[in-house]
Amino acid sequence: MNMMERAGPIVLPLALLILWELACKAFDIPPFVLPSPSMVMVALYNNAFVIWFHSSQTLYTTVVGFAVAVAFGAFLGILVGSSRLAYTSLYPMLVGFNSVPKVAIVPILVVWFGIGTVPAIVTAFMLSFFPIAVNVATGLATIEPDLRDVLRSLGASQLDIVRKIGIPRSMPYLFASLKISITLAFVGSVISETLASNRGIGTLMTQASANFNIPLVFAGLVVIALMGIVMYMMFAFVEKRMTGWATRGATFGIGG
Amino acid sequence: MKNLVELIDVSLSYGKTLAVSNLNMKVPEGSFAAVVGPSGCGKSSLMKLVTGLMLATTGAVVVDGHEISGPVSIVGMAFQNPNLLPWRTTLENVMLPLEVVRPERHQLRAKKKEFTERAMDLLRIVGLESFANHYPWQLSGGMQQRASLCRSLIHQPRLLMLDEPFGALDAFTREELWDVLQTIWLERRFTAILVTHDLREALYLADDVHVMSNRPGCVARTVNTGAFSRPRGEQTFIDPAFNENVMELRADIRAQRMPIEMAATGAPTTPAGAAR
Repeated sequence: MNMMERAGPIVLPLALLILWELACKAFDIPPFVLPSPSMVMVALYNNAFVIWFHSSQTLYTTVVGFAVAVAFGAFLGILVGSSRLAYTSLYPMLVGFNSVPKVAIVPILVVWFGIGTVPAIVTAFMLSFFPIAVNVATGLATIEPDLRDVLRSLGASQLDIVRKIGIPRSMPYLFASLKISITLAFVGSVISETLASNRGIGTLMTQASANFNIPLVFAGLVVIALMGIVMYMMFAFVEKRMTGWATRGATFGIGG
Repeated sequence: MKNLVELIDVSLSYGKTLAVSNLNMKVPEGSFAAVVGPSGCGKSSLMKLVTGLMLATTGAVVVDGHEISGPVSIVGMAFQNPNLLPWRTTLENVMLPLEVVRPERHQLRAKKKEFTERAMDLLRIVGLESFANHYPWQLSGGMQQRASLCRSLIHQPRLLMLDEPFGALDAFTREELWDVLQTIWLERRFTAILVTHDLREALYLADDVHVMSNRPGCVARTVNTGAFSRPRGEQTFIDPAFNENVMELRADIRAQRMPIEMAATGAPTTPAGAAR
């Protein structure tokens, strides 16, 4: 990586922030329409404790929902990718389910589980398991037929083929999907918190905007974005360590 | 000598399409057979039939004295694409069949040293011993194909099935690998069936070359190459008899192709000319 590539991820956001700050000053935009970055920073600092209180809840529900999504999505992906029967019978239903707007399900979840933690976890889960399942299934379904024949002719069972080839082969697909899914999990828990919770970044932002405290709303957005970036980078790092064989030669990962 | 593989009046159809029909072939134990033919003549179907991956629609496929009813585990396979697993080193790739085939899969831990030794022996024969711990992407195409060959032989199969294994290689590498294959075969004397488009390759490596007819495929002619002594080498290529055989095989295959070309390009004009 050369200097420009190293500096890029820092320089570009900084430049945008400066532009934003200058625009707010130059056009004298009122803070309840668009607060300047400096005001958002101040809001972040002044409300640090409140923001921590809410964001820790969001992080908690997101991570739990996401963890369940990884386990369930990987299981479903292996099932759908290795069995034709499972594929034909499950896939249409999965697509249908994924097309349902999850916002519409949150009220039902509230009826079932009450407001707060559980609906947030469930929403995070519902939003994030689908890409995982689809990606893992793709990794399994695209095993080279010749290689399958080599193993089958040796008396390998379908389970052997999945274990020896399918699962290792689908790892790069799994990690690509984790990077997409973790960000979706944040969307899920924030949606649920916005609609029905006493705690969480979503709740904080709803309350702040009701009070016309727009800088605090933006502070919430910044915190969610930061948490998303950190989680994304964690998976990108693990991915690089575990499936380097799939992206060798490239100095950048294949982004999700 | 007894036949390890025998196909008796075999036909195979995919739905309505008949891929092979009336196929008869005998491969004596320890011999090297090659199968050549026009493209689409059912050579790959033959591979699947002999390995038991597909069952004959009619007729019988007899392997090692038994009519087969499923995958036969005495077989090793290699294809045009080496299909090495990118997350495994060369050595680990070569040892993959041992993790699957019975009884070796249950002896992995107990006989690890012996198995590794066996794999290294094979790698030594093909000249890859110093690449045992390299990953597939660090190997050239020819080296990958050598590794694939080792993988197909690691479980000491009595029957080796090769489906155009050298088809994607450049001419120099290909001829180099012919000799590698010949060396292993002369040393181990397993039975081998090679499916190929390359007539020189077929004549150079095999004891019997079977020419297949157009679809639905059957054996149109069998050429014995006993006249060329082993080990074959440079002197075989310049033997006039060898080149004559190549020309004859070419004529055979062209004769098999004829009907398609007549139907496709010749048909509209010929009747008009005949009428006049």
